[in-house]
Amino acid sequence: MSNFEPKIVCFLCKWCTYSGADLDGTSRLKYPPNGVVIKTMCSSRIDPEHILYAFQQGTDGVFIGGCHPGDCHYQTGNYKTQRRVLLLQKLLQQMGINFERLQLEWISASEGKKYANKIIEFTDKIRELGPVSRMDGKEDIE
Amino acid sequence: MKKIGVFICHCGVNIKDTVDVERLTEELADYPGVVYLENYMFMCSDPGQNLIKKAIAEHKLDGIVVAACSPTLHESTFQNAIEEVDINKYQMEIANIREQCSWVHNVKEDATLKAKLIIKSAIEKLRLNESLIPVSAPLTKRVLIIGGGITGIQAALDIADGGYEVILVEKKPSIGGHMIQLSETFPTLDCSQCILTPKMVQAGKNKNITLYANSEVESIEGFMGNFTAKIIRKPQYVDPDKCTMCDDCTSACPVVVPDEYNEGLSFRKAIYVPFPQAIPSSYTIDMEHCLGFEPIACGECREACEPDAINYDVKTEEISEKIGAVIIATGYDLYPVENMAEYGYGKYPDVLIGLQFERILSATGPTGGVMLRPSDGTVPKNIVFIQCSGSRDPERHLSHCSKICCMYTLKHAKLYKHKVPDGQSYIFYIDIRSGGKRYEEFIQQAVSEEGIIYIRGKVAKVYKEGDKMIVHGMDTLTGKKMEIETDLVVLSQGIVPSEGARQLAKSLKLSTDEAGFLIEAHPKLRPLESLQSGFYLAGAAQGPKDIPDAVAQASGAAAKVLALMANDEISHEPVIAYVDDNKCSGCGICIGICPYGARVLENGIAIVNDVLCEGCGACISACPSGASQQRNLTDDQINNMIKVILG
Ligand code: FES
Repeated sequence: MSNFEPKIVCFLCKWCTYSGADLDGTSRLKYPPNGVVIKTMCSSRIDPEHILYAFQQGTDGVFIGGCHPGDCHYQTGNYKTQRRVLLLQKLLQQMGINFERLQLEWISASEGKKYANKIIEFTDKIRELGPVSRMDGKEDIE
Repeated sequence: MKKIGVFICHCGVNIKDTVDVERLTEELADYPGVVYLENYMFMCSDPGQNLIKKAIAEHKLDGIVVAACSPTLHESTFQNAIEEVDINKYQMEIANIREQCSWVHNVKEDATLKAKLIIKSAIEKLRLNESLIPVSAPLTKRVLIIGGGITGIQAALDIADGGYEVILVEKKPSIGGHMIQLSETFPTLDCSQCILTPKMVQAGKNKNITLYANSEVESIEGFMGNFTAKIIRKPQYVDPDKCTMCDDCTSACPVVVPDEYNEGLSFRKAIYVPFPQAIPSSYTIDMEHCLGFEPIACGECREACEPDAINYDVKTEEISEKIGAVIIATGYDLYPVENMAEYGYGKYPDVLIGLQFERILSATGPTGGVMLRPSDGTVPKNIVFIQCSGSRDPERHLSHCSKICCMYTLKHAKLYKHKVPDGQSYIFYIDIRSGGKRYEEFIQQAVSEEGIIYIRGKVAKVYKEGDKMIVHGMDTLTGKKMEIETDLVVLSQGIVPSEGARQLAKSLKLSTDEAGFLIEAHPKLRPLESLQSGFYLAGAAQGPKDIPDAVAQASGAAAKVLALMANDEISHEPVIAYVDDNKCSGCGICIGICPYGARVLENGIAIVNDVLCEGCGACISACPSGASQQRNLTDDQINNMIKVILG
């Protein structure tokens, strides 16, 4: 398992996190290349079905980035995302997929460093968890 | 199948050094739908663009993917380029292989593989992209301005000068706002009324401005470019055309009430002119206090009125106005002084708020501009000013800084000194904030030349002893308690949004901050717009502000509105939600989700109002039947992208 390289799908909202990720580039910060980005207008566009579909297609992790609470370009989209992600984490766990494979972070357009750090952490975590399987759901989450 | 061209940019060495562009060109050649590939040093350059245009023509491409820098940089460049060869601009996708690939990874092999996935996912998105045209709607070239203070007046004049019609709504019987109550303005000490009155007259006379005083906006329906405002106009009961301003009515009126213009320091009658320079210049009956609604009980003014201008039977009017944009300039109120019992306001007549002191300083005020204290009409020999009364006190009162108090308090102290040269003033302060142009000089000059004493600290209590007021406080610089015996205490009361503004914000669904001030679309880059399209903000409704800033914002908001009005119709991004009628069950979940009120039920189908929709996509992921979709980012497109990324 030592040379396992996880596959990760990243959903980033255009207004905050996508710009934050761009800033990493401009500042030449480095992070692992495992994740590929799908840009949405707002994090609230991400349908739980897309996340489930990604797991079905064999992703090892899904990373979602949105604007900080109160900063969503569309007023309250990120609150909706948060509710959906919390529910979905429970569902994943019930399906036997470790809920930590789905992570939501608030990253603003100025937080390039935070984006890089979060991607590094997330990739490390998924590496540790190993390839996705229906058997890796740990204890139940609260 | 759509014929797709892929154009990979080297960006000099920025991409090429980390991503093997030749290998990508080779390996993507047999990707489904791709009929043409090319890599080039600078795609964004003129030769680069020409190369794209030539390839489109030669290979009859239906759409292109440009693998280059972030779309924030050159999306529009390439969109414009393909439009020149008659390809819809939505048939172009950027694959961001610089900011999100070559610049953030070191190993060429890894970066190349990732770039390939990014390009493939862009191809998948493009494959199902539709050609779109911007959504357009008619534009009503009339503007509603709510609030007739200096901000509203300035914005109205600017827009009227630009040639568009303005509806100016003021809740009070006259425009002028708080500024007309002020004596002189800092830091130049020019007379507030002298600079404002001409503007009021202009606003009253301008043929492009319709003024509704004594009126309130009840609701605004519709969307940017096409609003209908419902305005409630309270009657004045005096016909301004017949009224000769003889003033016989006020002498006849038996009702006496505190005068708002003088902040309760004098009295007026129930029939009155708010102040001599009022616009519209006419009498009003204050229906809350008038006895004439029982004509048997009174009717004195009508009898006294020779030209027969008074009519008690006029009813409240409901006016409907069509407008294209709204400027909110509802201004401020003072933080309720009743909340600050420790200062004894209301209990002692010689504890005043700043606006009352302003009236005492004013030539049109209750004392005719002579410095006299309210309790016994004597000249105060000293005054204690208390700054931040209610402001910067998150535990008990407001957490924000009211911004103008440092300056107006000093102005008060200065004007007092001009009227009572041997008088002494003390100012309790937390910090002195004098960031405006020439404000610091204003303060320094006053401190060195006028002998004003600043005490850093807070006042704990104010009480009366004999005919003196005793101010108990603490000098936080020396740590000593202090007690000052004084003739008058003036509170620099904190600023809050006006009551009407809060209600209005609620009914119009405009977002406000914790203090109730309106929130701008972006704190730095879009400070004059609300997130709600078509609504603009100016003046103290958006946050505490001095006159120069309020006027600057007013002109700024007016410029924004004028730019909008210069269009023949309004248009916006078509990348919005749409609904598949056959799949929609009419459950209405999307209606509650939409922050813009863009989803409405029509014949059992939750349709999308194209003009209102901002394209966030929240309703799409909430739709249980998959009937709601986003143009050029449908569920299928997202799933196809996921599939190739994980390929
Ligand atoms: S726009 Fe970033 S989360 Fe809504």
